Amino acid sequence: MPVMSEAVHVSDLTRKFGDFVAVDRVTFDVSQGEIFGFLGPNGAGKTTTIKMLTGLLRPTSGSARVAGFDVNREIPQIKTRIGYMSQLFSLYADLTVDENIQLFGGLYGLTGPRFAERRDWVVRMAGLSDERRRLTAELSLGFKQRLALGCAVIHEPPILFLDEPTSGVDPIARRAFWDLIYDFAAAGTTVFVSTHYMEEAEYCHRLALMNRGKLIAMDRPIALKQALDEPILRLETDNTPEAVEALQQTPGVIDAAMFGRAVHITVTDESTAPDAVRATLAAAGRTCESLERITPSLEDVFVSLVRREGGAVIG
Amino acid sequence: MSLSRLWAMSRKEAIQLRRDPRSLALAFLLPMALLLFFGYAISFDVKDIKMAVLDQSQTQHSRSLIEAFERSGYFRVVRHIQRYDDTDRLLGRGDVRLALVIPPRFSQDLMAARPAPVQLLLDGGDANTATIAKNYADAIVARYSVTVLGGGAALTLPVEAESRVWYNETLESRNMIVPGLIAVIMAIIAAMLTALTIAREWERGTMEQLAATPVHRLEVVLGKLLPYVGIGLVDVTLAALAGVLILGVPFHGNALLLFGMTLLFLIGALGLGIFISAAVKTQVLATQVAMIVSFLPALLLSGFMFSIETMPIVLRIFTYLIQARYFITVTRGIFLKGVGVQTLWIEGLAMIVFAIVGLTLATRVFKKEIA
Repeated sequence: MPVMSEAVHVSDLTRKFGDFVAVDRVTFDVSQGEIFGFLGPNGAGKTTTIKMLTGLLRPTSGSARVAGFDVNREIPQIKTRIGYMSQLFSLYADLTVDENIQLFGGLYGLTGPRFAERRDWVVRMAGLSDERRRLTAELSLGFKQRLALGCAVIHEPPILFLDEPTSGVDPIARRAFWDLIYDFAAAGTTVFVSTHYMEEAEYCHRLALMNRGKLIAMDRPIALKQALDEPILRLETDNTPEAVEALQQTPGVIDAAMFGRAVHITVTDESTAPDAVRATLAAAGRTCESLERITPSLEDVFVSLVRREGGAVIG
Repeated sequence: MSLSRLWAMSRKEAIQLRRDPRSLALAFLLPMALLLFFGYAISFDVKDIKMAVLDQSQTQHSRSLIEAFERSGYFRVVRHIQRYDDTDRLLGRGDVRLALVIPPRFSQDLMAARPAPVQLLLDGGDANTATIAKNYADAIVARYSVTVLGGGAALTLPVEAESRVWYNETLESRNMIVPGLIAVIMAIIAAMLTALTIAREWERGTMEQLAATPVHRLEVVLGKLLPYVGIGLVDVTLAALAGVLILGVPFHGNALLLFGMTLLFLIGALGLGIFISAAVKTQVLATQVAMIVSFLPALLLSGFMFSIETMPIVLRIFTYLIQARYFITVTRGIFLKGVGVQTLWIEGLAMIVFAIVGLTLATRVFKKEIA
């Protein structure tokens, strides 16, 4: 009997496409009931990892167990025990809400009263009680995604894989979607979710940062931010790109990067750096509208970790 | 293999089919249109061939030869010309297919019991019609000669062939075309309809969701196959009814046998379509490949249009790989000859082989790996 304390156990998992190493010796564990996040830019290897764990893609080397079953040898057992939702909406747009639910209920082997009960649950959960006979194509993206989630968990799987589930939906729908994810986790479901939204990453219990196929850090979001010991300054100026360029050369500045309209500057010493920054700006003829120390965001952590690895962020 | 998953797939496929006007038209309108089009418009029979006559003899003899042509039913004299040069113009423009030139000395030669040549000029642009027209004309001239030899009375030749055509007594090409056409239509429908089915799932991204469920690939292939088998059987019924009731084609055989054979044929043809769809993964390409590997061979190499016996040896060997070849033998046999399993079992066996190969290919190539 497989031991179920670890929902997912991954060891040296690797996938190559020709010479390109999409996932490079990744190792981690996910415990039962945990919301485990995969954060990284597009092309970092998040989706490839998820596809290997859901049996959609064969690993080139390494091993992984999902719900106690081996992804190299026991894919059929894994597929009955997981729910999977891909980053693209992948229900049938030309079927109605009910017909989609019926299809996936059938594919997961639900019949009779149990199917009826689960179908009603999915409809209620997705908030589509009055839209059951509508074509899925006519629903808004937020509702489509809730329905896709419902179809993915219709068989009540212990482990749920969500590959960038909220890409493209508005922040309110995204928040509502995360409320559902918390409900699943509270009920004991393990949730494995990938994202490139930093704010979304903050919702996860534990976070793995991925870049260029490698796992570069893994911890609770708060711990990741606390571990970043270099101070970060936030600057507002009149010409952000030029300021970034000028600041790259300033002594005491490790890195300067654009964050929306502002510049985040990683410095060696919090006491001397502000004066050096102001001097550089003045010399370059740029204004300094505000300059303050901030708590690093996950994005700062990510950028800083990638820089330490000596690589560039792709995506 | 789970029946509930198979049923879920089939049901979903049937619903999608029902909502897709393009597939519906392909499934039901195209066969009827093709059947009526081929049945009415295309005929391999040669009748009422237009001909011109240059009668330089202007005698009783020459007039009765011309009359013999007209009476045959194969020719219709549309022009009487005066100058030899006119034949060139009329044949060149395609106004007539054949010109008969009777020289001035025709009657004298006949009376003197000398050979009396007449000239037949044929438009060889359509070699098929020209050959048939030439055979008819030769026969008419020969029969006329016999009459002349007998001095107008019937003369019996020592040896005479009494020919009788079996199975299609009136030699109507329509009777050959319609049963053959049913086979061709089935080949087109099967490959074209299914060519879209898996490629569409790849293009729309639904394949990924499907692949993440416990559904087995054989369940996907069979589940997709079932609704199309249903359509195929409805089509063959409609086409047979239209052939018999509207086009007047005889049906001598057993309808159940036709259904059984159609089922075998469909499994192979649909399997091939699904194989193509799964292999190329885009709808446009799948449609094109399906046209090339199913429709064209079914039309050209199955014996439907061109007789297999007269093909070059390389093509003839190749026709054994064309599934429609066997099905055409079956439909023609059942419609025209009323033959049963004892005659058609070889074709049945061949189609079982195709069905197994088709399903195996479709299932094999259909990997659930999503890169």
